[in-house]
Amino acid sequence: MTDFDFTYAVILMVVVFAAIMGSVAYLTFAERKISAWVQDRIGPNRVGPWGLLQVAADGLKFFFKEDIIPKHVDRVFYFLAPGIGVATALLAFSIVPFGPSTPAPGPVGVTAEKPLDAAIAQHEADVKSYHEHTIFALAPGLDIGILFAFAIGSLVVYGIILGGWSSNSKYSLLGSLRSSAQIISYEIPLGMSVLGVFLFAGSVNLEKILDYQIHHGWFILYQPLGFLLFIVSVYAECNRLPFDLPEAEQELVGGFHTEYGSMKLGLLLMVDYIHMITTSFFMAIIFFGGWHFPGLSNIDGIGGMVVKFLILGAKVFFFLMLYMIVRWTIPRFKFDQLMALAWQVMIPLAMVNLVSVMIVKEYQLTPWILTVTSIVTFLAAAVISTREKLTVIQRPVNAAHSA
Amino acid sequence: MSAKTVRWVEEPKMGLFERMYLPAIAQGIATTVRHILKPQVKTEQYPEQEPKLPANYRGVHRLNRDDDGRVRCVACYMCATACPAHCIDIVAAPAPAGWKDREKYPETFVIDELRCIYCGMCEEACPVDAIELTTLYDLTGLSREEMIFDKEKLLSVWDQTTKAGTDPVRTKSGHYGPAADLPK
Repeated sequence: MTDFDFTYAVILMVVVFAAIMGSVAYLTFAERKISAWVQDRIGPNRVGPWGLLQVAADGLKFFFKEDIIPKHVDRVFYFLAPGIGVATALLAFSIVPFGPSTPAPGPVGVTAEKPLDAAIAQHEADVKSYHEHTIFALAPGLDIGILFAFAIGSLVVYGIILGGWSSNSKYSLLGSLRSSAQIISYEIPLGMSVLGVFLFAGSVNLEKILDYQIHHGWFILYQPLGFLLFIVSVYAECNRLPFDLPEAEQELVGGFHTEYGSMKLGLLLMVDYIHMITTSFFMAIIFFGGWHFPGLSNIDGIGGMVVKFLILGAKVFFFLMLYMIVRWTIPRFKFDQLMALAWQVMIPLAMVNLVSVMIVKEYQLTPWILTVTSIVTFLAAAVISTREKLTVIQRPVNAAHSA
Repeated sequence: MSAKTVRWVEEPKMGLFERMYLPAIAQGIATTVRHILKPQVKTEQYPEQEPKLPANYRGVHRLNRDDDGRVRCVACYMCATACPAHCIDIVAAPAPAGWKDREKYPETFVIDELRCIYCGMCEEACPVDAIELTTLYDLTGLSREEMIFDKEKLLSVWDQTTKAGTDPVRTKSGHYGPAADLPK
């Protein structure tokens, strides 16, 4: 077995946790600032220089607020919900290679020249050398990779559903109901959108997907449609506008967290931001080559490591900002519209995309064909939806009303 | 109402461009980004930046002084009568011997600033432009008693507001109207 460095793992966990919490705090600040700028306001600017200490004030406020528990709640699940939300959201981050990475060792084939013993020995040597260098991931070399993140990420929704249900309030229940309607819509296109990537990379391990892109070009080039479906699905998964149906503060007071207060509310609000960070990493790593950037990735040593960190950080930052900008651009979908979008548009598109990837793989064609098919599929979908006839049902005017 | 008079309005049809969603979303994002890059902020930073109030703003009252520094009020009770909130309390007394231009003057002049609704009817009623609402807006106090302004306090508001050059519109920047010109 591989040797497990306990100290390194603990230090890494603490550092990553602190980094995520810090980013979450400053994401809330960025959210407030950006929404202010978009709406021609100034935003928080009172606490500290340029309002930078606002996050400390917000955090302290959450901690020192009176912890009100309404009488009508189901106490067990009411307390459990924020915990489930944050714990699963953090757990999903554990597989993300957040720094320079090397591909995890793959399986070693047993052949006539290489009997089973030799193969096992070679595999163990591979794994040992893989674990010897510094690894920037909490769970490095996890073979089910992103599937783990999808599985755990879906559990976050249970935090929301539980919270809404245990609150025993109509608004909360409506919020969590919408959340359940949402999860059965976006989960399928979310999984299907990256299947094409898996077929190419031959693995669901993020480090291997990244390694494939270093040698063959970023997946955004071959899978633009897959990326589009993925980004729409993750927006739904993070409960971000235009898919923030469970919160919908204009209709449902606070949605699923209406009955929550103090730090429990803070935890529930954190979930979205943790999820945003994780999914931004996914988008950067799966479709935009992670730390790879043409001409900048061949630097060795500490300098190269810093450069790679910066490249990945810049990509993630871009997607985080995109989250915020999109929030102030597109109005919220109704949940029937979301379901129609997911089931009638995104799933068929994902299937077409998947089949075209299969054809290209089967006949060993150049992957550039997929760029063309993606665009053609997208346009075809638009044309098909244009042909749809929208008619108003003309009810007969009641004769009794005529003067 | 016949079927002919009913006009059926259909939803505007979306063409290929709108059906593609992405170009429209790109347009929207462009608008959003434009606002981020060039915010047209009109926010006033209040405690540091004083708001620019119009001269006819109805804030704290003041009792005006005449050129000799005496209170202009002639204790006619017209403001107290006009006041819908009954917040003005005047006790009149015969004018001091040296004051040739009037028979009465207010011995006390008390306004309960908490009862006042700042409607400005007192300044409209005043025949000698002696009471006015100023542009002072940040009226605060720690007790109810503190908010009952007596004559001295109201005269001090005059001293405060004329110095700052924030004369209300009625006194036309320090010049009284013809009605205020008392025979000397």
